[in-house]
Amino acid sequence: MEFFIETLVGGLLAGTMYSLVAIGFVLIYKASGVFNFAQGAMLLFSALTFVTLHEKGLGFLPALLLTAAVMALGAVLIERWVLRPLVNRSQITLFMATLGLSFILEGLAQGLMGAEVRALDLGIEDTPLELGGVLLSRFDLVAAATAGVLVAVLALLFNRTRIGISLRAVADDTQAALSIGIHLHRIWQIVWAVAGWVGLVAGLLWGARQGVQFSLSLVVLKALPVLIIGGFTSIGGAIAGGLIVGASENLAEVYLGPSIGGGITPWFAYFLALAFLYIRPAGLFGERAIERV
Amino acid sequence: MSASLHVFPSPPLVAPVELVVSRRRHAWVWLGLALVLASLPWWVSTYWINAILIPTLVLSLAGLGLNLLTGYTGQTSVGAAGFMAVGAFATYGLLLRVPPLPLPLALLGGGVIAAGVGWLFGLPSGRIKGFYLMVTTLASQFFLEWLFVKFPWFYNNASSGTISAPRLQWGGWDLSGPGGRYGLTLACVALLTWAAANLVRSQTGRNWMAVRDMDTAAAVIGIPVERVKRQAFAVSSFYLGIAGALWAFAYLGTASASSFDINRSFQILFIIIIGGMGSLAGNFIGAAFISLLPIALSAAGQWLLGGAVDPGQIQNLQKILFGVLIIGFLIREPDGLARLLTLWRERLAVWPLRF
Repeated sequence: MEFFIETLVGGLLAGTMYSLVAIGFVLIYKASGVFNFAQGAMLLFSALTFVTLHEKGLGFLPALLLTAAVMALGAVLIERWVLRPLVNRSQITLFMATLGLSFILEGLAQGLMGAEVRALDLGIEDTPLELGGVLLSRFDLVAAATAGVLVAVLALLFNRTRIGISLRAVADDTQAALSIGIHLHRIWQIVWAVAGWVGLVAGLLWGARQGVQFSLSLVVLKALPVLIIGGFTSIGGAIAGGLIVGASENLAEVYLGPSIGGGITPWFAYFLALAFLYIRPAGLFGERAIERV
Repeated sequence: MSASLHVFPSPPLVAPVELVVSRRRHAWVWLGLALVLASLPWWVSTYWINAILIPTLVLSLAGLGLNLLTGYTGQTSVGAAGFMAVGAFATYGLLLRVPPLPLPLALLGGGVIAAGVGWLFGLPSGRIKGFYLMVTTLASQFFLEWLFVKFPWFYNNASSGTISAPRLQWGGWDLSGPGGRYGLTLACVALLTWAAANLVRSQTGRNWMAVRDMDTAAAVIGIPVERVKRQAFAVSSFYLGIAGALWAFAYLGTASASSFDINRSFQILFIIIIGGMGSLAGNFIGAAFISLLPIALSAAGQWLLGGAVDPGQIQNLQKILFGVLIIGFLIREPDGLARLLTLWRERLAVWPLRF
């Protein structure tokens, strides 16, 4: 029983790491309807930028701020060069553009800053912590707490600030938002910048866990089933989806894996997502689309 | 879906319907093209056959398969390579375990098995739409990759985990030389392209396009949408399966599950984006573009910089260039190189008296 709880809690905590990736994705989808495959590449890019700056002798905070500025600049450029020329094209077209974007970001990141694995030390010791008889990773707890803080900050941003309210207006009804004078391009830039910062946080945590390297970019593949289960438009859903995926993946690998060959984590989450979709085709918290002929 | 971009009125949807009239006139062009392609082994080097012609043809076929699903039926899939793997491993299994089976039948069998698997993974398409469906195709990609790694039965318990064709021969012909493998590939591709050209002009193809343009409207006019979508999945996987078998046996010689990883899926998706969605010729142009670009790029790198830049950087540069190209195509010419070619041809037809 103790082992079961340990597996479950470990999975739940790992799931919050997935959620962190998924949140940046939800932000962009909600505000501009873009299925942003480049979120993983943004993760890689920001983490690599931070590590490089840090290695060049910058302190933790200056490096963090400078990386955030780079991501904001990137957001402005992406909006201007990719999103604006593609306004009003189909969602599939925009998705494919983000595929291209992920290639550019990966190539740039590795071309400018090298492809070797970099160690990233955030000063969090990854020692096990005993809590009520269950062993937990200290690092996972910090990651979960970060995810919690991030969601709280984003909730404040969305509900209490002018920018957040215009952002929700754009998400609700783009045309109406335009007609009352909301600057659509500005909103997109802000959203992509915020998604970049969320990606930075996620990139730092993932990078500290497995080293800053190309595989960070593939983390996006882990986030997709989370999004399916949680729905593309709900930040709360991203958290819930992350928890569900993390927990069930861990449990399945331990209890189901040995009987069918093991190593099932790459696809198990997707099958879980598929099962969820059969019951709710728009995810747990997703919005059902109304279609007219 | 509430956040879709309804900012400006959308342009009318145009289906790429080719006029039947133009087919007769093109007969000579096709004949000439066929002669040139068939005679290639006699006047190009073995390197060109092995490293460029065969992979380009196979990738064109794979692009064709994905295009039937994505370009013609509007169901985006990022799991194309998974079905190629099914075709490769099924053909291998058939050749190995059913000895009297001739090569063409084994290929066909591999395609049919891939079609069955594709139909199975297409089942959710009845209920799930758009991006949700696209992400579920990743389930097939990862599951199939895992399947062909974890179960030694599929690769006949070989310690290397790879498969290689037991025999590449048919009747008295030995097809294992470069010319033979090229001939086999060309014959398969020509036959299947011809079939696809007829298929997309038939009732089946029109149903697909109706579903692509708007499935709700298609359902209203009486098209059995769910069945049509599953059918498209099956036919697409049939093509991908045969492409996979050719990729494994005619091009690579030996293959493992990692020859069909997600990057291959993306590669095939790029072929149809760059070549042209909903266009048959586009697959060939896109595949040629994608196989020749890296070669041209590294040659240019050698020539300009004299080998001063390490290959890793060239690869990064290539990635950036690919990304820029994809975005550029989506912005400038969403219908791809095939459309660009048609435009040039039309301009050439009235040159120099444009008015």
